[in-house]
Amino acid sequence: MTNGKSIGDTLLRVDDVSVSFGAVAALTDVSFEIREREILAIIGPNGAGKTTMLNVLNGVYQPDHGTMTFNDRTYTRMRPSEAAEHGIARTFQNVALFRGMTTLDNIFTGRTLKMKSNLFMQAIYWGPAQKVEREHRQAVERIIDFLEIEEIRKVPVGRLPYGLQKRVELGRALAAEPKLLLLDEPMAGMNLEEKEDMCRFILDVNEEFGTTIALIEHDMGVVMDISDRVVVLDYGRKIADGHPDVVRQDSAVIDAYLGVAHDAA
Amino acid sequence: MLYREAGQFKTSYDADMAIFPIAQDRWGMIAIVVIAVVIIPLFTSDYIMGSLMIPFLIWGLSAIGLNILTGYAGQLSLGHGGFMAVGGFAAYNLAVRVPEIPILGTFIIAGLIAAAVGVVFGLPSLRIKGFYLAVTTLAAQFFIEWVFANFPWFTGGTMSMTLDTPSMVVFGYAIESTRDHYLLTLGIVLVLTLAAKNMVRSQLGRAWMAIRDMDVAAEVIGIRPLRTKLTAFAVSSFYAGVAGALYAFAFLKSLDITAYDLFRSFLVLFMIIIGGLGSILGSFLGAAFIILLPIFINVVAHNFSDQIKPDFITNAELMIFGGLIIFFLIVEPFGLARLWMTAKEKLRLWPFPH
Repeated sequence: MTNGKSIGDTLLRVDDVSVSFGAVAALTDVSFEIREREILAIIGPNGAGKTTMLNVLNGVYQPDHGTMTFNDRTYTRMRPSEAAEHGIARTFQNVALFRGMTTLDNIFTGRTLKMKSNLFMQAIYWGPAQKVEREHRQAVERIIDFLEIEEIRKVPVGRLPYGLQKRVELGRALAAEPKLLLLDEPMAGMNLEEKEDMCRFILDVNEEFGTTIALIEHDMGVVMDISDRVVVLDYGRKIADGHPDVVRQDSAVIDAYLGVAHDAA
Repeated sequence: MLYREAGQFKTSYDADMAIFPIAQDRWGMIAIVVIAVVIIPLFTSDYIMGSLMIPFLIWGLSAIGLNILTGYAGQLSLGHGGFMAVGGFAAYNLAVRVPEIPILGTFIIAGLIAAAVGVVFGLPSLRIKGFYLAVTTLAAQFFIEWVFANFPWFTGGTMSMTLDTPSMVVFGYAIESTRDHYLLTLGIVLVLTLAAKNMVRSQLGRAWMAIRDMDVAAEVIGIRPLRTKLTAFAVSSFYAGVAGALYAFAFLKSLDITAYDLFRSFLVLFMIIIGGLGSILGSFLGAAFIILLPIFINVVAHNFSDQIKPDFITNAELMIFGGLIIFFLIVEPFGLARLWMTAKEKLRLWPFPH
């Protein structure tokens, strides 16, 4: 799977990040790193803090303490729009598309930060504004081709089946040409065929664009197949980190998933 | 001619992103503009131009303004009448106090002043959403009405309730007849409608719709919520301000704060709900429904005035109007514009089932 791919230096490092909601500690002193061009899977039982971790990475939640170092710059807090400016894009567990808009427009919104055009030029729709729209339309069409969704280009996404909505959401994240792509359960609720398609797209994105990907997934088959490294969370703590084959043998991980046999007193 | 796309191949993104990508739509628009610019002024009476077309166009413009804010950007507002009042009073004061500015410039500045006021009252929208935002914009409506009713400076130092607007001169041509007023209104409405259509189909419009549909996801993409919402408030209030100025100068020919009361805010909201949220065409359809339909029912009902008692007719008009509102909202809750789109989609395939 990973043949011919060179995993580079650390792209993002998380140091001692803790998040709590009231008395509930969602994450406790979690540290790990994401390296350039790798596919990192974050796994763990329900309520382990996986989605909270992604929300911290792109600024939806602020950590109580701890830092993130992205591209050699250290942050304690980051707003979601700042994360987007630094090149972090993501998808959501429950599809968060703009339902009233077409597939084309949804993917177009992903290019927001790349498009520079002022209000008056857009009102006239002439000269620079039209040129900007045309150039970015080409970029959007490349993504539409890549994800094989040409025929639903002008369909409002609210009318699309779930699997295709997930694919459009991936397209919207890709449109930003991110350095780091965060995928929150990209294959949840899909049938086998849709899962295989999605795996193929994720691997293609990683190989063709060299995009670093961090994903949360419950399907262990998928995780073991496509990821280069796995981070395991349980009750907000990191319990394992390493190559899929190593993590699979780890006793703490097996305990977390299967439960620990307590000695009967 | 059948409404078909067959044989129209788009060979460039420009062609696909044109304002009316389908040829039949283009011809339809040209026909409507020709009728509005040539046929109506040449062949219809002052009554049709002055009492039907001018208010229809002005309320259509105002409805576009509210549709940008509520239909596209998803921010509910009940202060639209207030922002129209700002435009009307700003234009009056500019025209009276600084008569050197040409009247078109006066309208634009009045719109900008309304936009500035709209931005101020749009600030709470970052924290407040939905019905609660509607209540804060209601405060804008009451506050603006109160200011203009209680500070005589805005009404030229007199305590008179109604003021005549000064006469208008456009590029050396005095606007006097009803036809002149109609053409001036039509020109401004056409330009601003085109601008609105362009805004909603480019990056700005997509940002507005993204905020409306899913604000968290929009922020994650890099759309700044406050800036996007305030732009919507500014553009919306600009349209309200110009419409308010036109309402005073081209239709009422007088300035009176009661012409911009809360009832008008509701009226514009009804227009965009019945016409279609998030549709420029819907703004005009809604304005036609609210402004022209009662007049039409009235005219039809009076044909029966020798057979039925007049007080019954007056009540029947209101009942028929109310009944039609309910009928159209049941048939298509997303408004007349959606009804029109569905009809077009069916027409593309008609008479074949698939």
